[in-house]
Amino acid sequence: MNLDDLAGRRWTIRERILRMGASPTGAHVGGSLSAADILTVLYGAVLDVRPENPQWPERDRFVLSKGHASAALYAVFAEFGFLDPAECDTYGQAGGRLAGHPLRRLPGIEFPTGSLGHGLSLGVGLALGLRRAAASQRVFVLLGDGELQEGSVWEAVMAGSHLGLGNLTAIVDRNGWQISGTTEECLALEPLADRWRAFGWHTFEVDGHDLASLHGALTAAPGDGPRVVLARTIKGSGVPMFENRKKSHYVTMNPALHQRALAGLRTRSRM
Amino acid sequence: MTVQVSTEPGADWATRYAGACRDHYRRVLLDIARADPRVICVDSDTGGLEDGFAAQLPDQYVNVGIAEANLMGVAAGLAATGRIPFVNTISSFAATRACEQLKIDVAGNNLPVKVVVTHGGLSGGHYGPTHHALEDMAIVRTLPHLTVVVPADAAETERAVRAIVSTPGPVFLRLGRSATPMVHERPYEFRLGEAVTVRSGDDVTIVATGPYPVHFAVQAHERLAERGISARVLDLHTIKPLDEAAIVAAASQTRGIVTVEDHLRIGGLGGAVAEVVTEHRPCPVRRIGVADGFHDEVGSELELLTVAGVSVERVVAAAAAL
Repeated sequence: MNLDDLAGRRWTIRERILRMGASPTGAHVGGSLSAADILTVLYGAVLDVRPENPQWPERDRFVLSKGHASAALYAVFAEFGFLDPAECDTYGQAGGRLAGHPLRRLPGIEFPTGSLGHGLSLGVGLALGLRRAAASQRVFVLLGDGELQEGSVWEAVMAGSHLGLGNLTAIVDRNGWQISGTTEECLALEPLADRWRAFGWHTFEVDGHDLASLHGALTAAPGDGPRVVLARTIKGSGVPMFENRKKSHYVTMNPALHQRALAGLRTRSRM
Repeated sequence: MTVQVSTEPGADWATRYAGACRDHYRRVLLDIARADPRVICVDSDTGGLEDGFAAQLPDQYVNVGIAEANLMGVAAGLAATGRIPFVNTISSFAATRACEQLKIDVAGNNLPVKVVVTHGGLSGGHYGPTHHALEDMAIVRTLPHLTVVVPADAAETERAVRAIVSTPGPVFLRLGRSATPMVHERPYEFRLGEAVTVRSGDDVTIVATGPYPVHFAVQAHERLAERGISARVLDLHTIKPLDEAAIVAAASQTRGIVTVEDHLRIGGLGGAVAEVVTEHRPCPVRRIGVADGFHDEVGSELELLTVAGVSVERVVAAAAAL
């Protein structure tokens, strides 16, 4: 799939995220919108996966460590054939498969996530297991930036470089915000790129809303060790009233607010 | 579940199964891994596996260092690629420090990760309370899909380790640290989830789990016999799934149950047995275990158990009073 095609789909994906934010339960809209383009590029142009056979043994593996961005993942799953788009309307509903954090019962989900700081360890295990089996599949893990405050992430970071896992890529959705404010106010992460480099990771810094830049970093030739893509993103990206707003972390929209958000999104999509 | 009919070791049984469960586990693991390339030994700098297992089977070994949260996640990831990881750490670090990763990533996903822990209960002895695990069974028996096994000696450790390789889901295998007395002195049939009747009896039942507790229960059986009390002794090596039939039978056929464990009296074997009899066949239950509190006394495993109130005398007194 070419990137021009994805450039149109990214707006449909964001509309779906907003629709889940307008569901009775609401959703982690801000961090879903910041991750939307990363997930769009991954599923649209990077991951070798088969929606018709999610358990295909030769698939690349993806772990959404920032599980609270589940709305973005469902929206992307609906776009690329893992999920009937109509099922997005069951988000948060009893008896459904679309929880506020992803469940393994949904085909395509490798691991249930939501408790931060688990995903990269799972990725290290997957990458090590695939490498020991001389398999060529790659492993991608998407983390939130606030998530990097969990100490277990750095245990996994050390393991990834120590084991030389060239088949492992971490992506950090660097939107700069967490519930209580900016990451730098809460528990500072900078100098983030230096930190990853110091831990032995090949470090890429890209605009996390530039599809070509994301694609370039995510498909760079594998090296002798793990890679991290620090994707600079905007929390609430694409919806002016949510962009870089602390309150966009978790949003429950009434119909009027939903319409306002959609109108803002459409203004952006025409720009 | 898997039936393990032991091979007849003859006269070498005593030499073969002398010593610490931990040492025997390591020998058996190597043996199993040689025959099954899916088995991978996941170490967390426990000490000893690098010279033993890793030197023999480097391709089936990985050391992730002193990082137990990551240890559990890595094991879950490995299992998802078709491996059978044997995770090695200390019980406290698995059940409390890395509890969430154990719960969600290993147990929740029903992956075939075998978490083998040492220093169960007070077996850490003089290492002190940071290296004791007195709440581990209470915690892990609440985790989904997890089979929880506590062998009573080296012979049982071997049978348990061989049985859990082919168990499809996750397992928590709780071992001690140092050498403990031999409990099973001759070949016997080991089945996961089924209590072993170590001594027959029909007045009272002593249900025990783990090395010293089962050893104490057997000694108590002899002393009670001298007093004309016939005590059945069950080695309840599998804490989950629990052999409810054996417990209900004991509740029906004898006048009460004494439980013995190297664990807090809260939530462990005693709690599990009480849950079963309360629901199915109420009978008196006396729980011999470690009293609630933070135990920072200094001593050997045996000394600490005695101080904590886990001893032959306590078992005898509790059984005689039923």
